[in-house]
Amino acid sequence: MDPTETPGTPRPSRRSFMVYSVAAATLTVAAPLGCDAPPASGAPETSGGGDLLVTGTDEEMLVLEVTAASEVVVRLPRVEVGQGITTAVAMMIAEELDARLTDVRIPLADARRTGNQYTGGSSSVSSLYGPARQLAATARARLVTAAARRWGVPAHTLRTWNTRVVARDGRTATFGSLTASAARIRTPDVPSRPKPASRHRVIGKPTTRIDARDIVTGAAKYTGDLAVAGAKPTVVARPPTLRGGLVSLDDTAARALPGVHAVVRIPGGVAVVADTFHHAFQARDALRITWAPGPLVPLSDKEIRARLRAAVPRLGSAPRGSTRVEGEFAFAFVSHAPMEVLTAVADVRSDRAELWFSTQTPMDARDTIAGLLGLRASAVRVHVVRGGGSFGRRLTFEAAVEAALISKAARRPVKLMWSRNDDTRHGRMRPAGHHRIRADLAGGRVVAFQHMTASVGESADEPGLTAQTGGVRPLPSDSGLYDFGRVSGDSGGIELPIPLGAWRSVDSGTMRTAEEIVVDEVAAALRQDPVAFRRATLRGKAVRAVLAKVAAAGHWGRALPAGTGQGVAVHEEYGSAVACLAEIDASDPDDPRVTKMVMAADVGTAVNPRGLEAQLMGTAVDGISTVLRAGLHIDRGAVREGSFADFHYARQRHAPLEFEAHILPSGGEPGGAGELGVPAAAGAVANAYARATGRKPRSFPLDF
Amino acid sequence: MSSYSFVLNGEPVTVEAPADMPLLWVLRDLLGVTGPKYGCGVGVCRACTSHLDGAEIQPCVVPVADCADRAVTTIEGLADGDTLHPVQQAWLDRDVAQCGFCQPGQIMAAAALLARTPHPTDADIDRIENVCRCGTYTRIREAIKRAAADRSSS
Repeated sequence: MDPTETPGTPRPSRRSFMVYSVAAATLTVAAPLGCDAPPASGAPETSGGGDLLVTGTDEEMLVLEVTAASEVVVRLPRVEVGQGITTAVAMMIAEELDARLTDVRIPLADARRTGNQYTGGSSSVSSLYGPARQLAATARARLVTAAARRWGVPAHTLRTWNTRVVARDGRTATFGSLTASAARIRTPDVPSRPKPASRHRVIGKPTTRIDARDIVTGAAKYTGDLAVAGAKPTVVARPPTLRGGLVSLDDTAARALPGVHAVVRIPGGVAVVADTFHHAFQARDALRITWAPGPLVPLSDKEIRARLRAAVPRLGSAPRGSTRVEGEFAFAFVSHAPMEVLTAVADVRSDRAELWFSTQTPMDARDTIAGLLGLRASAVRVHVVRGGGSFGRRLTFEAAVEAALISKAARRPVKLMWSRNDDTRHGRMRPAGHHRIRADLAGGRVVAFQHMTASVGESADEPGLTAQTGGVRPLPSDSGLYDFGRVSGDSGGIELPIPLGAWRSVDSGTMRTAEEIVVDEVAAALRQDPVAFRRATLRGKAVRAVLAKVAAAGHWGRALPAGTGQGVAVHEEYGSAVACLAEIDASDPDDPRVTKMVMAADVGTAVNPRGLEAQLMGTAVDGISTVLRAGLHIDRGAVREGSFADFHYARQRHAPLEFEAHILPSGGEPGGAGELGVPAAAGAVANAYARATGRKPRSFPLDF
Repeated sequence: MSSYSFVLNGEPVTVEAPADMPLLWVLRDLLGVTGPKYGCGVGVCRACTSHLDGAEIQPCVVPVADCADRAVTTIEGLADGDTLHPVQQAWLDRDVAQCGFCQPGQIMAAAALLARTPHPTDADIDRIENVCRCGTYTRIREAIKRAAADRSSS
């Protein structure tokens, strides 16, 4: 394939993105995803070169189509789980096409065979920003050229506005009326360069979600809301302990209940397929099952914490003549607990399968399910559905696997839903961890900083409870966030047969939170103000700037009544920087309330500042929850908590009464934002609690 | 199995259902009304929050028999045609939603609050139990205050 276009004059300092034409009756263009185009110096001709048609497939591509009805449709190889990626991409497309945002549609692409269809790592905007804009700019050039040829005027005299091409004499043509002729244009008469940032009128403008009205009217459809023909409500009876086994099953009473269609044994338990979820739950509860205790039954939190602590590598020796600030930190397991429990619709036939569910990894899911069903991957169709939250939970796809197995065994389409208890007690969780951190001080500064950690790893089979030390794992602090002399770290771990998963901000949510607490304690040991100390020791300009912003906007150091306090923390990751200032009322130290949060972020170009503010707000509540209240206990091999009644994720009365987000102006490439704020928010809450109470926060959540 | 009649979003409906069947599954599985969401089934997350005779309920723990001859309103019935309820409009204006899954329940809870307390204090708003796992709480608070102000000025 030869690219038909590359953006503008080759400029080696900028990334360039190829765009292809797709053979179609309407204007359809495609940009590769998942890798950057070759360096501009080696890029093909910008214009005048031959055109190349891509036929039949949109694998690895971001594809844009202009319909005859003047809709601009881009099938997005990402999942929308609340992070706002569909709105951000719609804004990029609307910007370069000068289309109305309401004319842009961003359906989620079905699972593909190749390419980058992964949603995670706060990478979506940065991976799509170049290709999406180039795609739309290319489509615009062709629409303009089509209009110029229709009207017999020079293309450069035309402009685009509100999903139309506009001539100087006032004539206008909708994109829809031009799409057929634009589809035949190979070499546009105007450049296909994306706009310079100075001309952006959509990107950077605070914009309401494109699906906001659907959400507030109840029209937005999640997997459980889909009406797939014949798909019967299905639930699974699961063991009381993690990975407990089935000893015996008597389903006579359950099968005799009205509305029950099938009872199916699957690896995780016993599934019931029924007319409604009410009938399914009732039949589930009528199953007589003897369960064998799961492999984790010898263990409760106390033992797990002791083993974790023993698995933390020893701290190295301190430089001579130094004094030390040292802390040990424990973090509990935490449920992802998205509001929408895992749900999947599956219709498995002898020679093919079709599934609907929300997933961050649809390609893996399709391959895995095809393997389990004994089908070729091409015979398995996976429709990606919007998700009711994820926070990392939808990186794996347990419900889809189960739904496929149940549908195959029951020989009918099923709509499987995990109950909230299922998700809390058998779902994945952020690993528990233990940290030992020491800062060595000499001459009024930090000369060495060590961070040793151990976390739980997931073993597939029997419990391997021996402590093992992993290789040296790069720590976030290795990037040199602070000027702390010799920075080092190592990690150990224990393997347990317990379902684990990456939780928003992954290791940073615990690692960096613990470090930010130590930074405050170092400042206190040096008799320095926490903000002033950070300003003097942070290396990066961006992170110093966001810290200065929250300190000013949040009135750092203002007089506060006894029992209340402020705290700050910072973080850098995903090419972005963030700071948080929290104010807490801990006049009852056992029932603290975060009253105000001020955050500032530099994420490079912020495509949708309103969406970014929402992401920061979410991470603020994650920080409050994981530091103050939300965790999971393990009692003799079972998760104690079962729902939001005892898994204490924050509610309205725990959320800040005031929240401010400050987006620092930046012209750089977009960085990541979705997970960025968690460590800063968590660290700021912990530090505020420490300053309000005089206590040293060490074990999280504090109220557990 | 018995027959139950009630008014759903202004329209009379009749369903055949067991007396103890929770209204949530009557709405979702028998009537195809999917705005109210399942989040826990035990009335604690409140994602299903709707109205019974104008008062807030959690349909996941209300048997259909308790709804006979009464008026059920779900998120689908809150707007007046194309004109959004002031709470829905405030949610749009403040762009409250993220994943959106809890928001039908949040909106119905807020509408019920404003119906009984036209000018809620922060303490009143703090008493809303609905969980939002995306953490949109501050925008929810702002939207409720905006809706209260809009209602009193109109």
